[in-house]
Amino acid sequence: MSAALRPAALLLVLAAPARASAARIDELTETRLFQQAVEFLTLADPVVRTALAGSLLLGVCCGLLGSFMVVRRLSLAGDAIAHAVLPGIVLGFFWTLTKNPLALFIGAVLAGLAGAFVLGLIRDSTHLKEDTALGLVLSGFYAVGIVGLTMLQNHPLSGQSGLETFLFGQAAALSPDDVRLMAVVTGLSLLIVLLLYKELLASSFDPGFSRCLGLPVKLLHHLVMVLLTFAVVVSLQAVGAVLVAAMIITPAATAYLLTDRFHRMIFYSCLLGAASGGLGVFLSYLGNRLPTGPFIVLAASCFFGLAFTFAPRHGLLHRTYRLRTRRTTIALENALKTVYRIREDKGFSEEGVPVGELQARLGEPDAVFTKLLRALTARQWATWAPGDTHVFLTPAGWLRACAVVRNHRLWELYLTHAADYPPDHVHDDAEVIEHILGEDTVRQLERRLDFPDTDPHGRLIPSLGDLQQSLGVHPARPRAEGYDMPR
Amino acid sequence: MSRLDLIPAFSVDRVFIEPWRDHADTFFWIALMGFFVTTACGLVGTFLVWRRMALVGDAISHSILPGIVIAFFLAQTRATTPLFIGALVAAGLTVWCIEAIHHHSRIKPDAALGIVFSSFFAVGIILLTLFADSVDLDADCVLFGEIGFLPLEDPVVLGGLFLGPLPLVRMGAVLVGILLLLALVYRPLVLASFDPGLARILGFGPRGINFGLMAVLAITVVSAFESVGAILVVAMLIFPPATGSLLSDRMPVILAGNALVAAVSALGGLHLAIWLEASIAACMVCVAGAVFGLAWLLSPRRGLLRRRPPLSIPFSDPTATPTETTRPS
Repeated sequence: MSAALRPAALLLVLAAPARASAARIDELTETRLFQQAVEFLTLADPVVRTALAGSLLLGVCCGLLGSFMVVRRLSLAGDAIAHAVLPGIVLGFFWTLTKNPLALFIGAVLAGLAGAFVLGLIRDSTHLKEDTALGLVLSGFYAVGIVGLTMLQNHPLSGQSGLETFLFGQAAALSPDDVRLMAVVTGLSLLIVLLLYKELLASSFDPGFSRCLGLPVKLLHHLVMVLLTFAVVVSLQAVGAVLVAAMIITPAATAYLLTDRFHRMIFYSCLLGAASGGLGVFLSYLGNRLPTGPFIVLAASCFFGLAFTFAPRHGLLHRTYRLRTRRTTIALENALKTVYRIREDKGFSEEGVPVGELQARLGEPDAVFTKLLRALTARQWATWAPGDTHVFLTPAGWLRACAVVRNHRLWELYLTHAADYPPDHVHDDAEVIEHILGEDTVRQLERRLDFPDTDPHGRLIPSLGDLQQSLGVHPARPRAEGYDMPR
Repeated sequence: MSRLDLIPAFSVDRVFIEPWRDHADTFFWIALMGFFVTTACGLVGTFLVWRRMALVGDAISHSILPGIVIAFFLAQTRATTPLFIGALVAAGLTVWCIEAIHHHSRIKPDAALGIVFSSFFAVGIILLTLFADSVDLDADCVLFGEIGFLPLEDPVVLGGLFLGPLPLVRMGAVLVGILLLLALVYRPLVLASFDPGLARILGFGPRGINFGLMAVLAITVVSAFESVGAILVVAMLIFPPATGSLLSDRMPVILAGNALVAAVSALGGLHLAIWLEASIAACMVCVAGAVFGLAWLLSPRRGLLRRRPPLSIPFSDPTATPTETTRPS
């Protein structure tokens, strides 16, 4: 029994980076931090040079391939492959019975490729989804690796194996040979992506279309997976198996938030990967051999957090701002529409609308209503000052009101005529879509409904052409030619 | 010593008879624990696999590290309760972060999952390093437990009745809880898993059900893997349901199949581990993997051996005369 239990001690390796490099934070005084920073920035220490070069290369390589993984929705393939290499490493060690880097590397690559192959096989031959296939490969291969690792523990030679440094390595422990290997892998990936950029782009975004073009979609997929396996294996030494996933995903996802163009995304992703690599090595060096991998990952996560919040178009702040603006616009347009309805009920006899009546129709409390009137005035859609008893719409405001009412009634008509909705079911739907319909859609609706005059409830559909003519905004044009909508 | 010595000799007596003759009490509890964990994980995992969330369990099992370290730092004890609470909080935070990133940006759920769990894990390792002096915490014993180290010296006695060692009783309670919940909300849960839109129309809030599922998952993962190890939990969330769904389309059959896979892999894994002198949890996963492989090969309708290859239609040359597309039968 004890023999069966002993191997479990090996699971300790998962915590190895933490324990191997424990540093006392209280030892670090200000001057030492400064000294360390200077020492780092002057690149005097060859260890620093190697670690930095390795991390930069790794960032570029993972960022490059990660972009493809993220848009292919295979983000976690890196994670699966990183775990799947374990049996290969065990086998590589078993082959030579020493920690021969070449044997370990070959074993790892072979196992990673086997993992990628099984992944593709499960995807192609069963109805199981990607995430399930990834999970099966990840945990299945990893378990086989653990079994092998725990069996190796019984071997007398395994005392000196130190496999855990390969799996949960330190960037500081990188040798110049490792860095050279990374450079080769990075160069190869860059070259292939440059040569096959169009093909990879097409097959990543639209596999069906690419197949119709005659592209070897499967072959390209396997090519990317092979490159990914190489990248994962060379990254393992610097960041460890668990955190390789972050190097693949996080810079690419950050870049995905920053741009809509794929070539820019790749560029940003490489840049962010390299920046996280450099920053991570710097931070861990400051703390005197704190583990490097977690700091690289944390730097990448910080970049992601920044992009998530502040990105120009897809950031949280911008989204919230856009949502709020849209809500305000909708509220204003509803107020304009109500003004129109009040005037319509009175046969358009009065220019102004009594404030009290408008508030009663909108059903808003005083504070909200006053704010609404102010906003209308600020947008120059209406003229109103505190104390006024009537609200008057400006020409622009009146056009807008007509446009919203027109959209509403056109849509109601469309639903009753074209989609066979009963007339009492169409109001709520139109209430939503009246703010969204674009002018092109309105043109189409009008054409399809043959330029109607009245909605299903018998009310007039305002024609902007007539109104603009009466307001003198635009010269008269025949109705069928269309008109410009004030923005 | 040659390489072949690595694989210990197989003898029926050593592998199958001796354990039950000499160490029956230990092995009984280990096998039972394996069965409990696998069944519980399989039941929860069935719904995760269906919702394309199979890897959430993996994410949670990594991201609870900072929760455990902080809980340990605050409580300065290795008692289970604070660590359990810390892990649960971290698990909840993980799920919340994944949902938040997914909902408030255009990042896909799988990428969001990868970002969140790796960040949490990185924070956990950095905290462990920083607190290495003040926190006497073996990450290996808390995080990466091994079912072979199951603490058995802590018996639960209820009203004079010996129920079993503490981790087992806890896992059993979790399993019973899952079964009860499943019996209560089976229909809404299935409905929300297959057709969230219809579920919403019928008044079963899919958000509420989703939240409940995540809560149950967090509790299962956290209570299981302190004693059995992350690898067993992560794998068993996926292997039994994947096996079941290759063999059947009926939800009740898949759910019941979990118990079968659980029994086979718990017992088989135990004996495999005894034979190979290797990690018991990993061996249980290997057996579950072998069962999955068999189902994949031999499934009556979906097996690799029974599947018809897809129609091959020549795409490349549109001018060629259409050739017969044959289907080998």
